[in-house]
Amino acid sequence: MYDPTVARLTYRALLGRRRAAILFVLPVLLVAIAVAVRAFAGADDDVASGVLGGFAIATMVPLIGVIAGTGAIGPEIDDGSIVYLLAKPVKRPTIIFTKLIVAIGVTMLFSAVPTMLAGFILNGNGGQIAVAYTIAALVASIAYSALFLLLGTVSRHAVVFGLVYALVWEALFGSLVPGARTLSVQQWSLSVAEKVAGEGLVTSDVGLPLATVLLVGVTVVATWYAGQKLRALKLAGEE
Amino acid sequence: MSADTGTATGSEASRIHNIGYRSYDGVRLGRSYARRSLYSQSLRGAFGLGRSAKSKVLPMLLCGVMCLVALIIVAVAMAAPTMTKLPVRYTSFAIYLQAVIGLFVASQAPQSVSRDLRFKSVPLYFSRPIERVDYVLAKFGAMASALLVLTGLPLVILYVGALLAKFDFADQTKWFGQGMVSVALLSVLFAGLGLVVAALTPRRGFGVAAVIAVLTITYGAVSTVQGIAWTTGSAGAVSWLGLFSPITLIDGVQTAFLGASSAFPGGEGPGAAAGVVYLLVVLALVAGSYAVLMRRYRRVGL
Repeated sequence: MYDPTVARLTYRALLGRRRAAILFVLPVLLVAIAVAVRAFAGADDDVASGVLGGFAIATMVPLIGVIAGTGAIGPEIDDGSIVYLLAKPVKRPTIIFTKLIVAIGVTMLFSAVPTMLAGFILNGNGGQIAVAYTIAALVASIAYSALFLLLGTVSRHAVVFGLVYALVWEALFGSLVPGARTLSVQQWSLSVAEKVAGEGLVTSDVGLPLATVLLVGVTVVATWYAGQKLRALKLAGEE
Repeated sequence: MSADTGTATGSEASRIHNIGYRSYDGVRLGRSYARRSLYSQSLRGAFGLGRSAKSKVLPMLLCGVMCLVALIIVAVAMAAPTMTKLPVRYTSFAIYLQAVIGLFVASQAPQSVSRDLRFKSVPLYFSRPIERVDYVLAKFGAMASALLVLTGLPLVILYVGALLAKFDFADQTKWFGQGMVSVALLSVLFAGLGLVVAALTPRRGFGVAAVIAVLTITYGAVSTVQGIAWTTGSAGAVSWLGLFSPITLIDGVQTAFLGASSAFPGGEGPGAAAGVVYLLVVLALVAGSYAVLMRRYRRVGL
């Protein structure tokens, strides 16, 4: 199910040249904010939770997920070079699975590691906050990568739709309509973090059992469907 | 031109045929016409007009959302008999719906400039009688105008609704004017930033993500740090932190000069002195993005 050559090509497409710049900027920004806040406000559990929940999990992880998830396959479909890969005797679901593994790896590397670092800078892992949010970031990385990889195979405007989901659905509707929060990767991952962290520092609107089922379900179904889409891929011209 | 398709006299082996090429002797529409065409084509393109049905969906949807929210606000104001003004200020409207505006910039700025770069069609533009400055000004102007339509239209709806509901004419007109100035400033600022980022990342998808990162991530970072500064009692820092993201810059300017209520934590925006700094930063960013665009298009290879 895992093809090292496809993985190597995907890594190079994701991290090559200037493309990785935006992936590096966000984690650096998070750590910089963490350092500034620590110097500014001292170690405080609520503040740490606010920074990690409000900035790291709510904005940074989805954005990196969009870039890594759609970037793993989108540009190849876009410039048509995917046909050379599809022409090789590699199963389409294998291609998707390999690209998913790479996307998950990249998202985890660029979201969970800085989250953990920022958490330790902010309050030295008091109340298990750093660990809790790191786990949330790890869990969210898997689901976001699968979701946005599927978007990358389905639509040519995958980045826009991914951002609409992350910004409008999770952030805007999530804060206005309580029901929207049940269908949000962010809340599912937070419910996992809730179990790890100390009293009342991390809150989620979704129960852990439901969140686990939804996380696993979304990941598996998205990956399976992306494989199916790739089996019947049509290459279209620009617009 | 008469058809003297004769042959030039020469040796029998070689002869030159006149195959009837003619020089153009019609009206030459010139540089300003080309610039206007580029402007109007870019402006229409921002809303998907003149493009495929699929590319009309997103800009029209975003524009529809903006107008729908304005209509709902008007309907609420009319339904409640005790109201003497609209429930939302003209200046607050764009701040509330900044995610929609951000998505519009992110989806349309790359559409406007990145495709020309990606498909190497920029040299074709410059084979027309336009200069670099015309191209940059037309694209900048078109993007700013498109944003002004997106942000101004709902304000017009609010204003008309307010007048129909017989709210105080003088007050409403004054507030409406302040709101329009604010969204005009916002449009120019966002257009500049969006175009710069899009022109520097022509690759499909990455431009969109980069524009969103500049507009939204900076706002997320600034508002997080502002919230913390507010809760830890350093209220003085709150107004200065607003300098670091586009939407809080606009918020600061309109709080200082245009009678808006700030969306900063604690509701205390910058005063007049800090407001001047805000305004200077906004103007510097606009001028800077123009300069960067001019620099970007100095060498656009084939």
